[in-house]
Amino acid sequence: MTPTPAQDTRGPDGSRDRRGPGGADGPRDSGVRTALAALGRGGTATAALLLALIFVVIATQNPSFFEGPPLMAFAKKAAPLVILAIGQYLVIVSGEFDLSVGSLVGAQVVVAARFIDGQEPMTLPVIGLMAALGLVVGLVNGLVTTLLRVPSIITTLGTMLILFGAVRYWTGGAPTGALSESFRVPGRHGIEGVPFLGEIPWALVIALVLAAGAVLLMRSPFGRSLMATGDNDVAAAFSGVRVWRVRTMAFVGSSLMATVAAILIGGYAGVTAQVGDGLEFAAITAVVLGGVVLGGGRGTVVAAVLGALTVEALFTLFNQLYLPSTIQPSVQGLIIIAAVAYAARRGDLRLPERLRRRPDHPTERPLGTSRR
Amino acid sequence: MRVPRVLLAGAAGLTLMLTACTTDAPADSPEGGSGAELTPDGEWFDEAEFEAQLAQREITPEGPEDQPWLQAIEPEWVDTSEFVHDAPEDATLCFSNASVSNPWRVTGFITMEQQVEALQEEGRVGEFRVSDAADDDNQQISDIQAFVDSGDCDVIIVSPSTTATLTPAVETACESGVPVVVFDRGVNTDCMVTFIHPIGGYAYGADAAEFLVEELEPGSTVLALRILPGVDVLEHRWAAAQEIFADSELEVLGYEFTEGDGAKIKDLVSQHLQRGGVDGIWMDAGDGAVAGLEAFEDAGQPYPVIAGEDELSFMRKWQEEDLTAIAPVYSNFQWRTPILAAGMILNGEEVPSEWVLPQEPIREDELDEYLERNEDMPSLHYAKFGGEDLPGFPEAWTER
Repeated sequence: MTPTPAQDTRGPDGSRDRRGPGGADGPRDSGVRTALAALGRGGTATAALLLALIFVVIATQNPSFFEGPPLMAFAKKAAPLVILAIGQYLVIVSGEFDLSVGSLVGAQVVVAARFIDGQEPMTLPVIGLMAALGLVVGLVNGLVTTLLRVPSIITTLGTMLILFGAVRYWTGGAPTGALSESFRVPGRHGIEGVPFLGEIPWALVIALVLAAGAVLLMRSPFGRSLMATGDNDVAAAFSGVRVWRVRTMAFVGSSLMATVAAILIGGYAGVTAQVGDGLEFAAITAVVLGGVVLGGGRGTVVAAVLGALTVEALFTLFNQLYLPSTIQPSVQGLIIIAAVAYAARRGDLRLPERLRRRPDHPTERPLGTSRR
Repeated sequence: MRVPRVLLAGAAGLTLMLTACTTDAPADSPEGGSGAELTPDGEWFDEAEFEAQLAQREITPEGPEDQPWLQAIEPEWVDTSEFVHDAPEDATLCFSNASVSNPWRVTGFITMEQQVEALQEEGRVGEFRVSDAADDDNQQISDIQAFVDSGDCDVIIVSPSTTATLTPAVETACESGVPVVVFDRGVNTDCMVTFIHPIGGYAYGADAAEFLVEELEPGSTVLALRILPGVDVLEHRWAAAQEIFADSELEVLGYEFTEGDGAKIKDLVSQHLQRGGVDGIWMDAGDGAVAGLEAFEDAGQPYPVIAGEDELSFMRKWQEEDLTAIAPVYSNFQWRTPILAAGMILNGEEVPSEWVLPQEPIREDELDEYLERNEDMPSLHYAKFGGEDLPGFPEAWTER
């Protein structure tokens, strides 16, 4: 199989195998097409298209879905995954993975229930404690990955198991305590009495603010360093980026986002023993569906958000169709593979023109500096 | 290998459309679709066993009335004199546990440990060894083999993770000559001295379904919330409910698998509420019942008639909101019985070959009493845990 420019082939050290000017076989687009292509780059267009398609099918099944309150209920349910996807995006775009978020959400909800134990005055201190726990987990993930050079998939698999086991040990498998009413407000309630929409969930407001914040962050110098690190950490290091710090910050960002998601999920549905199960894969699916390439360096926050909405919309659609829950994962898998393959064919996931035409960088140099 | 992108787009679109088409029918005709199939799956439905369990609910069990964990329904007593132990205080009990992966099993296992302590104080049993297979069949098979190989066990107690797979392992244990006690889920052999279980899944599902049929007007809609497919105790509950709903005038909207996850339950119930009223909720286990009820609160709709479980979070909500509800019970106190049976076997006393424990739902008239008895217990505790007279009560359960 001859690699085509559309395929993201990797060198043996995990860095991108650039084939130099030869790779630039793209047509010289007209100005308009280039602009459109730029908009679609990173899979945003594919995710948006799929989301629109799913919404159309939902509308044919259940026209009342777009009547305000049901849409707001959807937003309330989808907000935690959107927030997790933003966190996961930060890590994936820097070239790493964070598998620990599902366990972290579970641990945070259990911690919250145990320490709040139904007492209102404990709400804010416990949220502070949760933020501290999120910070510590993010720092551990980041520092172990960057300074000890453990691949992030191993590091975060480890923290996932550690958190899961610690919670099991601590609670004996059955969480105790209760959340306070005020703790549950962000996840459960909203701004009431809005015409047409009924209630704007706080969860939606929080997700929008965080998404806007993440978009601004990615435009800041830090965001560019993060992107550069994910694209080629050796080159980034040479150009003065402190790779270890940037990546650690990304892990901290992901863990803090998971903490916010935990507050919303706990607020939404209260404490159950299963809270948080499988969320890490839902978040990674969302980011991939949004077209953020695993391995880093490309993709946009908006695409990750659209990916998360698509995953949630799929669940809603399956439910609207009375699709047996047993077959749902298979259908979901098919749709995701087809969507990502489609995006790859379209060129959404192709390197931007200017990068592909860049002269060859001998990235296989054994410098051993890839994780400073 | 260039695949035309149109093809891929088509494939994605087609998948969506196909799922839309193939599942249109059930949405339109709730009577005949996969969502509301009311003929139980043959694999999980045994008519004779169903009838037997429904009948067992009416039979008064033998044994002390205030100790349901020692009661038995229509027992056939077997002689155990061959297993008499000269010094029971030195006898080793070996327990192979499927897992403690849900609050029901956690509650039961605490009760079991406290029961061991009680018998140890009386000098009726000695050491208690436990291995936990974490829901892994292979692990449990090797756990049981290890007990057999050690040669230290005077009684082997097994709570199997699955029925068919664990059968050979239990048979191996029997062949070693050590008395074997099986409880909770069954195995396909009768080589053990006693098999302990509450009446069963059919009775549980029927208790819940019959309550909904009684309390709801004909033509009312019912949504079924199920944890997982393919687990016999849970499938039996649903099969019994299908059987009972089929003979009723209720309209079953469909069933959903929830994995007991509160967020999923709340989302699914909210979606059903958007599409029309839900008058009743049937659950195959009470996990997350409160999240389901909150979906009604958040949608501004009246509470449904609901069948939950004797889990305290649900029972407390029931009392607070004065719901029309029932708590079917899968008797958690059954975790005491294997230890007591082991003590009896070591003493050469007769035990029932199949020890069917009573299994009575908690109804409204008993609600306050059970909540009072379990006042200090955490919300994921089970009301009929039956450990009030054991050493360590209540700290062992409250500080888990």
